[in-house]
Amino acid sequence: MKADMKRRTFLRAAGGAAGGAAALGTLGFPALVLGASRRVVVVGGGVGGCTAAKYLRKLDPSLSVTLIDPEASYTSCFMSNEVLSGERTLESLTFGYDGLRGYGVTVVQDWVVGIDPDQQQVTTQGAQHFDYDACIVSPGVGFKWDAIDGYNEQIANTSIPHAWFAGPQTLLLRQQLQAMPEGGHVIIVAPPNPFKCPPGPYERASQIALYCQHHKPRAKITILDAKDAFSKQGLYMEGWRKLYGYGTDNSMIQWVSAAAGGAVEELDPDTRTLVGLVEDFQGDVVNIIPPQKAGNIAFAADLVDGDWCPVDKRTFESSRHPGIYVLGDASSAAKMPKSAYAANSQAKVAAAAIIARFQDQEPGDPTFVNTCYSVVGEDFGISVAAVYNLDSDTNTIEPIPGSGGVSPANASPEIRKREVSYAHSWFKNVINDMME
Amino acid sequence: MNHKNTLPKHLRNLLLAACTALPAAGVARPSGQALAFTCAGCHGTDGSSVGPSMPAIAGMDPEVFVDAMQAYREDKRNPSIMNRIAKAYSDEQLEDMGWFFASQRLRVFPQAYDAALAAQGLELHQQYCEKCHENGGLPGDAGTLAGQWIPYLHYTMEDFINGKRQWPRKMKRKVEAAIEAAGDQAIPALVNYYGSQSSTGPTMTTGTTGASGAEEQEQ
Repeated sequence: MKADMKRRTFLRAAGGAAGGAAALGTLGFPALVLGASRRVVVVGGGVGGCTAAKYLRKLDPSLSVTLIDPEASYTSCFMSNEVLSGERTLESLTFGYDGLRGYGVTVVQDWVVGIDPDQQQVTTQGAQHFDYDACIVSPGVGFKWDAIDGYNEQIANTSIPHAWFAGPQTLLLRQQLQAMPEGGHVIIVAPPNPFKCPPGPYERASQIALYCQHHKPRAKITILDAKDAFSKQGLYMEGWRKLYGYGTDNSMIQWVSAAAGGAVEELDPDTRTLVGLVEDFQGDVVNIIPPQKAGNIAFAADLVDGDWCPVDKRTFESSRHPGIYVLGDASSAAKMPKSAYAANSQAKVAAAAIIARFQDQEPGDPTFVNTCYSVVGEDFGISVAAVYNLDSDTNTIEPIPGSGGVSPANASPEIRKREVSYAHSWFKNVINDMME
Repeated sequence: MNHKNTLPKHLRNLLLAACTALPAAGVARPSGQALAFTCAGCHGTDGSSVGPSMPAIAGMDPEVFVDAMQAYREDKRNPSIMNRIAKAYSDEQLEDMGWFFASQRLRVFPQAYDAALAAQGLELHQQYCEKCHENGGLPGDAGTLAGQWIPYLHYTMEDFINGKRQWPRKMKRKVEAAIEAAGDQAIPALVNYYGSQSSTGPTMTTGTTGASGAEEQEQ
């Protein structure tokens, strides 16, 4: 506590001095002459925030970079479906921020409650204040709790998890699967677009099927979908046919599209019954992935237009408040998906743009990549990739024609097996690039 | 590309990387650095991979990099995500990326290997491979073998042997001769030898290669 107070006082003093320098800077003094280091405050310690913090320091070690997140460590949501199958532990997805500290990033554990774009100051629940010359906001998604009647945060925490952030709810869902009766029924409610990790609900169904194959071979998994199509659909169905009897009377996985009555309006939490437009569905284990929007701070800081945060896609600077850059899932970054790799790619574009701004230079032309692997089952991995350019006229991130796409259909078992090992190496390298 | 000159290679790479970093006047395009940064999510920061199935590409010879990417782009290699990604880039962009990676220091990470196989691999390497893969397979004109990830090397050799990747000149004959000499052990031995060079354990190098098991290798 004492050390904390000291740091706080120091930061205030440092912030105050640098704030004065910045004010002089606006009167026409070159920043270099003043010798004040530019301050970047990063809100959110996920893929976007961590990658940006690391690359800012890597590209310009003179910058003062502070990253603020409520958690003491990061737990990745990607690969957390493998916790459900028992293929890996939650600990294997959890990483401290010491790697970032090694790059000279100051990591603060606190909850950001406000961002003042005029004063250029971030305020936390712990009443800390951080002045910034540029602010990066990468809070991830939040949930639209009112979308399904009868579902709320308290129920999610205790009995019907969303498990769409990796953590206690992932373990709760895992425990429920283990406790489920032989021949039990698992229901996954998949959200409407856009949402974090488009292939995620289907990989989740696959990983739960993998678990059931070994431990509850008579169990059934039903995906109730708010959509009529989903990411990597053809490849998932190929894998499900091959591994889980999809398309036969004895299929372990059933997918109910919106058109077929998969859209859910209401939950009875006591009986775990979901009310659809056509019929009701009752499950022994129910996992509801709610419809999504930008994380809370994006709303508190007036960065949203509708559910998401509009940005200039050359720099990821907010279209609503200059000097604030919104990355990752919370940003409106069409046509990139809301994925870890997308956030990682956007973060480097934003970091370079912020440094260019500090040096009074025009930002360079951006380039983006997304890659995403899904593990459908034993020795069965699939992927999607895209490389994007910016179309400045429409402010749209466009896939480069003739490139990208999903794994080939009906590929050899060798290719499918390799994609599982690529998935696991991908995981290590994304974590490496964001925070090690 | 022909880059014969008398400058030490790393200096040459750095100079050329600096030159290609200058944008062509009036042409809007992402810098080589911006393009290369997008690779890091799969190949590690600046191309030093920490994932055993993904090759390290830091310190790679730019010509080898461009050749590999062109082969992927033209579907001449066993299809992976790289075929789909490579199709997005022009020759010029591939060269820009190649120079970026050439100027990066390769960081190698310890990996488990079979010491007996690695010892056998060293002998096979010296007899059949060293002539092209000089200095124990350090990054150079013939790709990066020393310190490369063992699972990735296994995939690569499987692809050569199964006809899913075109053999470089003379390589097929040499690999067949190594297999003739050591049978089924030949490929695992070679692969373990190359992988062993990233280990902090006993090194299997000749002692003149500079690959001393250090955490970093000058490319």
